[in-house]
Amino acid sequence: MTQASLPAIDAAPRAWFSGHLRLATGGLITFLFVAVALLALVWTPENPNRLRILQKLKEPLTSGLLGTDHLGRDVLSMLMAGAFNSLSISALSVIVGMSIGTALGVAAAARRGLFEAVVMRVCDAMFAFPPILSAIMVGALLGPGALTAILAIGTFMVPVFARVTRGAALQIWAREYVLAARMAGRSGVSITAVHVIPNIASHIIIQAAIQLALAILTEAGLSFLGLGVPPPTASWGRMLADSQTYLQLAPWLALAPGLAIAFAVLGLNLLGDGLRDLLDPRRRMSV
Amino acid sequence: MLTVRDLCVDITGSDGRRVRVVDGIAFTLGKGETLGVVGESGSGKSMLALSIMGLLPAVAHASGEILLQAENLLTLSEQQLCGVRGKRIGMIFQEPMTALNPAQRVGTQIAEGLIVHAGMSRSDARARAIELLERVHVPQAKQRVDAFPHELSGGQRQRIGIAIALALRPDLLIADEPTTALDVTVQKEILDIFDELVADLGMALIFISHDIGVIGRIADRTLVMLNGKEMEQGPTVRVLRQPSADYTRTLLAAMPRRTRGHLVAGSLEKQP
Repeated sequence: MTQASLPAIDAAPRAWFSGHLRLATGGLITFLFVAVALLALVWTPENPNRLRILQKLKEPLTSGLLGTDHLGRDVLSMLMAGAFNSLSISALSVIVGMSIGTALGVAAAARRGLFEAVVMRVCDAMFAFPPILSAIMVGALLGPGALTAILAIGTFMVPVFARVTRGAALQIWAREYVLAARMAGRSGVSITAVHVIPNIASHIIIQAAIQLALAILTEAGLSFLGLGVPPPTASWGRMLADSQTYLQLAPWLALAPGLAIAFAVLGLNLLGDGLRDLLDPRRRMSV
Repeated sequence: MLTVRDLCVDITGSDGRRVRVVDGIAFTLGKGETLGVVGESGSGKSMLALSIMGLLPAVAHASGEILLQAENLLTLSEQQLCGVRGKRIGMIFQEPMTALNPAQRVGTQIAEGLIVHAGMSRSDARARAIELLERVHVPQAKQRVDAFPHELSGGQRQRIGIAIALALRPDLLIADEPTTALDVTVQKEILDIFDELVADLGMALIFISHDIGVIGRIADRTLVMLNGKEMEQGPTVRVLRQPSADYTRTLLAAMPRRTRGHLVAGSLEKQP
């Protein structure tokens, strides 16, 4: 009995530490990612679109920090410019998905009945389509480009946010202070704005961080397939696609964007997990 | 002031079957009177309260008559009911933690009804919120008005719940098990506040509880419910001393013997 309880007592500070370590590591990686993306707006070591055929396929440190690609473009500069494109498209997709999904989720929780049933069944139907497949369909309709990527990824995020916010909002609607607000004469819209959304904000923030990581991965996938931003705009996914031919000759061309994508996703996932531990009272108690 | 006649509430389940959760309840309640509603969990007490407030869930249907000063609440539209709720009927809930919005300061929550219903300015509503906090004996009301619910104790949170219900000076107050989640000493303080409100402001009070001891302490009349039906109704002293229903006797027998003795003696002393 005593022996069984000892590890639990020891585990508490360790769990607390690992929770905060996740948040700090995730926050640091995400901060670096955002800082590099913003820096690329004002400064890159070279113009990422400048072709220098004579300097093509140079190894790292021989020409620029990360070498050059098959057209002699500086890989580090392309990586930095790609970070901004990746972040901006992913962030806009999440904003689109979050706004529409949250609005539908809270409206479904507030109105219930047929409206809720229709919204949730449409969400189920949307879940049945893999995001890349939806993106190819949207791309076929609108043509490749940033807008296509934003719409495709954003549309895929709508049902995720709708489900999360509906579930959380239903819990808030069952609280007595909502009943008290109805008694005070507040309308459904007003209750949603004043009582429901502030109390489910932590769920939305956590989901946004997790979905941002997924959006970066999906955006890279779309660019890899040629459905992302058109050339010559730098993009991590296209850098990976271009590097395939030279994988044995110049492996750094694949390693640089591959590691960048992996670190960005890792950072955002850690941040999402850390935020969940910090903001979710049930997990906080268990920690 | 409040007359309830043959009130029935039916709930339609997901399989389409109807279950009667309140069955033919009738009572009258005058100004400054307290009706205690007692019964076990699932006896229909809360459904009775929600039907008076017009806050029944969508799957529930109420029939009969609920006359508040000759106006049948069951025939009012949702918009008309909004005018009645809060303004003429206030409600206090069982669990003070879930009855308050954790993301809002308590002053804002007390002021909500004053701003929406009475059209008060924010500063006037805040001043009135402080007055109300003093009325329900919250210490340091001027500081507490800016506190969040998690910064207050259970008893203080319940006082805030009472202040919210009192904000618009309703004629009728419905308290749904307001002392169940509180420890006994705080329970006594909260019951004292209810006594003051009924005596000083002349409000009518419907006090719902599963604890017949609490009902005996506060109610003038008692309605005993089981499975949605009235088992017995009458002056509290009579119900406690000479219960006519077997179920009331069971409720009384479930109390510790000494408490039962004190309760009946105490109730007798309240008789004029």
